[in-house]
Amino acid sequence: MVFRDRFVPYLLLAPQVVVTIVFFLWPAGQAIYQSVLREDAFGLSRRFVWFENFDRLFADPAFWHSLGISILFAAAVATLALGASLMLANAANHVIRGRSWYRILLIWPYAIAPAIAGILWLFLFAPVVGIVPYILHQHFGWDWNHRLDRTEAMALVILAATWKLISYNFIFFLAGLQAIPRSLLEAAAIDGAGPARQFWAIIMPLLSPTTFFLLVVNGIYAFFDTFGIIHAVTAGGPGSPGATSILVYKVYRDAFLTLDLGASAAQSVVLMAIVVVLTVIQFRSVEKRVHYA
Amino acid sequence: MKNRLLALACAGVLALATPAKAATEIQWWHGLAGALGDWIDDLAKGFNTSQAEYRVVPTFKGGYAESITAAIAGFRTKTQPHILLVPTYATAQFMAAKGATVPVHELVSRIGAKFDESIYLKGVVGYYADPQGRMLSLPFNSSTPVMYYNKDAFVAAGLDPENPPRTWPEFEAASRKLAAVGGSRCAFTLSWQEWIFLENLSAWHNWPVATKANGYGGLDTELKLSEPLHLHHLAWSKRMLDQGLFKYAGRGNNAQALFTSGQCAVMFNSSAGYAGVKKEAAFRFGIGMLPYWPEFARGPNGGPQNTIIGGASLWALAGHDPAAYKGIAAFFTYLSNAEVQAASHQRTGYLPITSAAYELTKAQGFYEKNPGTDTSIRQLDLHPPTENSRGIRLGNYLQIQNVWNEEMEALWGGSKTVEQAAAAIVQRGNVLLRQFQSDQR
Repeated sequence: MVFRDRFVPYLLLAPQVVVTIVFFLWPAGQAIYQSVLREDAFGLSRRFVWFENFDRLFADPAFWHSLGISILFAAAVATLALGASLMLANAANHVIRGRSWYRILLIWPYAIAPAIAGILWLFLFAPVVGIVPYILHQHFGWDWNHRLDRTEAMALVILAATWKLISYNFIFFLAGLQAIPRSLLEAAAIDGAGPARQFWAIIMPLLSPTTFFLLVVNGIYAFFDTFGIIHAVTAGGPGSPGATSILVYKVYRDAFLTLDLGASAAQSVVLMAIVVVLTVIQFRSVEKRVHYA
Repeated sequence: MKNRLLALACAGVLALATPAKAATEIQWWHGLAGALGDWIDDLAKGFNTSQAEYRVVPTFKGGYAESITAAIAGFRTKTQPHILLVPTYATAQFMAAKGATVPVHELVSRIGAKFDESIYLKGVVGYYADPQGRMLSLPFNSSTPVMYYNKDAFVAAGLDPENPPRTWPEFEAASRKLAAVGGSRCAFTLSWQEWIFLENLSAWHNWPVATKANGYGGLDTELKLSEPLHLHHLAWSKRMLDQGLFKYAGRGNNAQALFTSGQCAVMFNSSAGYAGVKKEAAFRFGIGMLPYWPEFARGPNGGPQNTIIGGASLWALAGHDPAAYKGIAAFFTYLSNAEVQAASHQRTGYLPITSAAYELTKAQGFYEKNPGTDTSIRQLDLHPPTENSRGIRLGNYLQIQNVWNEEMEALWGGSKTVEQAAAAIVQRGNVLLRQFQSDQR
């Protein structure tokens, strides 16, 4: 026992506890409460319906589609962002001249708000008037139109979300790489290990805590924080069911545009459960294999 | 012409007004930004300087959807505004929310005035009337879809720039000529496809969008959008797309840039897009009526019927003190005034809501100076509205329109056939209609 007083530890914890209650537990409780009600938007008539909202949700193919593409989207974004940023960090780590410039340029996109990033990519890829479709059309005869083509729409939002995430990952990977003792790499080089061997046998294991941390953060980012990009680039479209309507976007649509609070709350609860389960699984299984030096 | 709507009541109200008293504040929430937001501010200013009893305070709430959400949240905390600008798609929802709103006809009778409905344009007011024909909300910014066409491109293609095509077969022939010359990569593009290529397609040909008079007759309504007319038109649009004549720019108003940049020679869009087109287009453009299919048209003499409006209307919300309602009524009267209406119509491209405002605009020579600007009103007033062309009164209409958009994209994107897309439009829409019906218990 560090503290003699039984009261002080609670006092010191209080701010964190209050923040958690106000910003997490209370809204989450509200969501759970609303998910068992059917009410009209004005709150004039309110019925307690037990799990009708969930029954409706699980019977709705659009929900399962949305769940599926959320997972696909998160996996694609996390994989691409981790791979690309690790490559860039490795490259930046070897650069001698102009090192800080490379770093600044690579970190820059992270400072851009999601909605702005979305608009940026939207303009680049705007069918007919955007520069990228123009080049694709002129040189490859490819008619890019993400407003109708589901695959192209998905690729575009993955690209935009990944691009924003690379900077964040880059910072952590670069810090991780610089923490690796040079003596280890030199020893390996003397033993005749080439760059590839050094990377897989020494760098990767030592980077695994960083990678694991980033995997969790990237997954959560893709699941929740990409709303702004989806909203700006595709608004969940195109087609039926919405090709890029990931869960977090669908929750917004159902609550704020269609004012179907029950359905939206039910989806929020499902989303919450998914994240809880994922986090538990990740920490239980992946944690064992992560090497903390 | 003198506006008699509430003249008596107002005279009474104004006689009671004493300058010493502080003005009663009337909160007005809306979702119109930019130039249209300025227009709203000017209207409030005009009313506030015209009398001393009331002060209208407009507040921009960030778009239609956001302003509705905000007002509804306001209801739950008893901080709702007095007046809310409600888009057409939410009309049924606000009608069904009994106790949340005060219909216009009730507002008028509350202050003991007579309501003269004859001064309003049928095509505009019909949309916001109950089955007995009584006005529920005041039309504020109403538009109808029209055809914008590039006159220079027409000339280059050897078409008559003063006589745009009137039927879809004629239009198709014109499209082929337009695509063949002038380096335009597409003949036509389209904004608000759910409104123009489904809702107005039906009304323009005098076909129903849904049973029970498009929902005016009851909540047990079902969609009728998988009929020969719709299948034919959707199949045609897909053919046009596949042949590169039609370029789909996305939902909402994304098509405008394709037209004003000269890439597409024709655009179907809201009449309210006029100001934007005029500002951006570097070529001469004309405005024509929507084409129709002669073999499907069921209007008088086998021609077109009339279009349905889009836009939004003003609802008076419940839960305020009686004095405020007098103020709301006075403000609505002011807005119905012919001079105010005519000025708004000329400034924004929205329709005037009274015949007097239309006549006044004509008398001022506005239509001669700006040819084509009366297309929307001529199209709307072509014939007296039928059950099919009065308006739409469907619950969950925003979601339903979203379904239409999704399915049209599925058709154009090639993941569904015309029959599959049309069947899904009806089937998924009906699920939403039933949901709304059961929520109204």
